[in-house]
Amino acid sequence: MSAGLMLYNVLCLAVPFSVALLLAALGENFNQRAGVFNLGCDGIMCMGAFLGFMVPFAMKATPWAAYGNFLGLGAAMAVGAAMGIVFALVTVTFRASQGIAGIGLQMLGWGLAGTLFRHFVGGVTGVEGMAAIAIPGLSKIPFLGGVLFNHNALTYTALLLVPACWFLLYKTPWGLKVRAVGTHPRAADTMGIRVDLIRYQALMLGGAMAGLAGAYLSLCQAKMFSDDLVAGRGFIAVALVYFGRWSPLGILGGALLFSIAQSFQLSMQVWGIKFPYEFAVMLPYVLVIVVLALARKARQLGPTDLGKPYNREMRF
Amino acid sequence: MNRNKLLYSGAIILAVTLIAALLVALVLFSIGASPLATYKTILTGPLSDLFGVTEVLVRSVPLMLVALGIAISFRSGILNIGAEGQIQMGVIASTAMALAMPHAPKAILLPATLMAGALAGALWGGVAGWLKAKLQVNEILSTVMLNYIAAQVYTFLLRGPMLDPNELETGSGTPQSMRLPELAFLDTIIPGTRIHMGFIVALVAALLVWMLLWKTTLGYRMRTAGAGAKAARYAGVPVERYLIVAMLMAGGFAGLAGAVEVSGVHHRAIEGISSGYGFAGIVVALFGMLHPGGIIPSSIFFGILLIGADMTQRSASVPANMVLVLQGVIILSIVSAQSFLRNPYAQERFFRWFARFSPSASKPGKGVQS
Repeated sequence: MSAGLMLYNVLCLAVPFSVALLLAALGENFNQRAGVFNLGCDGIMCMGAFLGFMVPFAMKATPWAAYGNFLGLGAAMAVGAAMGIVFALVTVTFRASQGIAGIGLQMLGWGLAGTLFRHFVGGVTGVEGMAAIAIPGLSKIPFLGGVLFNHNALTYTALLLVPACWFLLYKTPWGLKVRAVGTHPRAADTMGIRVDLIRYQALMLGGAMAGLAGAYLSLCQAKMFSDDLVAGRGFIAVALVYFGRWSPLGILGGALLFSIAQSFQLSMQVWGIKFPYEFAVMLPYVLVIVVLALARKARQLGPTDLGKPYNREMRF
Repeated sequence: MNRNKLLYSGAIILAVTLIAALLVALVLFSIGASPLATYKTILTGPLSDLFGVTEVLVRSVPLMLVALGIAISFRSGILNIGAEGQIQMGVIASTAMALAMPHAPKAILLPATLMAGALAGALWGGVAGWLKAKLQVNEILSTVMLNYIAAQVYTFLLRGPMLDPNELETGSGTPQSMRLPELAFLDTIIPGTRIHMGFIVALVAALLVWMLLWKTTLGYRMRTAGAGAKAARYAGVPVERYLIVAMLMAGGFAGLAGAVEVSGVHHRAIEGISSGYGFAGIVVALFGMLHPGGIIPSSIFFGILLIGADMTQRSASVPANMVLVLQGVIILSIVSAQSFLRNPYAQERFFRWFARFSPSASKPGKGVQS
């Protein structure tokens, strides 16, 4: 096999692998830019993955089966936004410690998805999922066509969301408010920006995107649901936000790095290079720690009030 | 603590408990289980006979040890989510130690087994502490990642190098290690049950943790570092060093919990030996107000919950994942309640609101001065 073909195979797999991480991390970026560290992202992804699978699965035999996938994505986003509100209630209104609350939300989402799945579905069942749409013309370009233009609709959406999120964050009044609220909430409050409201909105948006990321995993990538489908991708997404230095483009780079590592590991098994399976699975998690250690100097670029609840009544 | 504050705390705790119970009831209702019957099975089922009570205590041992470690780390300002991985490392090291010297006398073998577990857990936790102190790696993310890594290392070892040779011969291939030599077992306290000396070990550990945190300079400095890192630094406390020490201790207790499970209950390393003790330990520690005196009853309470949840799975077909839902709701409720309990303004507002209904109950605003 030529090196070019090997690279082609790795990249063709890497782009779809990156979508879930990319969506979740872009959403988490809004949370962190607004000053809230949402570790519940993983739990939200579990619920999104469950609903994204459950809705089309339940609608399979009905006359509206054609809309199943679409409604599944909608339900996943809705539940994500709802869990974002729950997290906002606990960390913004009640000003609880964000780290511990995030772990609580993660357990809640993970457990709830598993419980509902066992009750309503039970065993392993597949769904048809979303089909790939080859973009006419563009998909015929050699090399690039297969890598970039032969995926399902959600992959294109995720890639287009990178510039969209950049625009929202840097070129709109709302994005400016989000950044202000995460950097200096007191100054923002003095200027008449409602800190809590902006944080609620950011958490809802971030939650909806995490829910969508989960639905992508179940509906497009695995085409099934299981308890350990998400497997800590929510936490990896949080780490990617650090690695991407709180910018959408950096996050895209990070998501691609992780998915290339993952697809390279899968390809190596296909090529017959033998090493224990467990070490291959371990790779992304080791990579997260390395990446976090390397990204420590970027801390100054991040929102300065990340993780600190804002209390208007406090004097300093 | 005056009467007003007691009344306020009581009201908040009661309200939060009710809300949490209602939320879980809603989930139970949606999966077609009767909430009341389920609660009744969970809370009373495990205590219906002596064997059930001892089983609760068996479960409370790892929970107590893990929660003690987590209390140390939380008090020192580092959030250790990695107990699950630290337990598994403890299981591996203690099993390897016991299998390495099967002919040693008990007085050497048993302490060596337990110490090996504690040491391995401490090292695994210490990695996260070192990463936090030296490279400012967020400890929650690093410990979560170390959990996933430990799970893979554990599976690899159980299926490969540490697999029981008998499993290969008979071909059943259950991933588990060889049985430990009998001399490495923690003795059973009551014959016919599974309650073992590990319970005493855990109680002694609770006493030691209390003495460490509240009666020694080291503990005082660790709590200072946790209460306010900036102030601690001004006072000359090397905060980074104590972060590492705290994670070593937290990991050590989790590793010890793993060793005690091997030596006291399962007598070999098996798959799924931890079954979520690492995460439940966080809830136990928070529920016990990060204090050994609270952790002892709270670990027994969660022992009841875990056994009760197993029972509902069999009798009322409520999936075992329900325990995670319960734990998640409890964590969110506890952190929310804490913010109300610490906020004097909320207390004042509560009494103003309360006074409207019963003018004679208490004078508004008094709580702020307490």
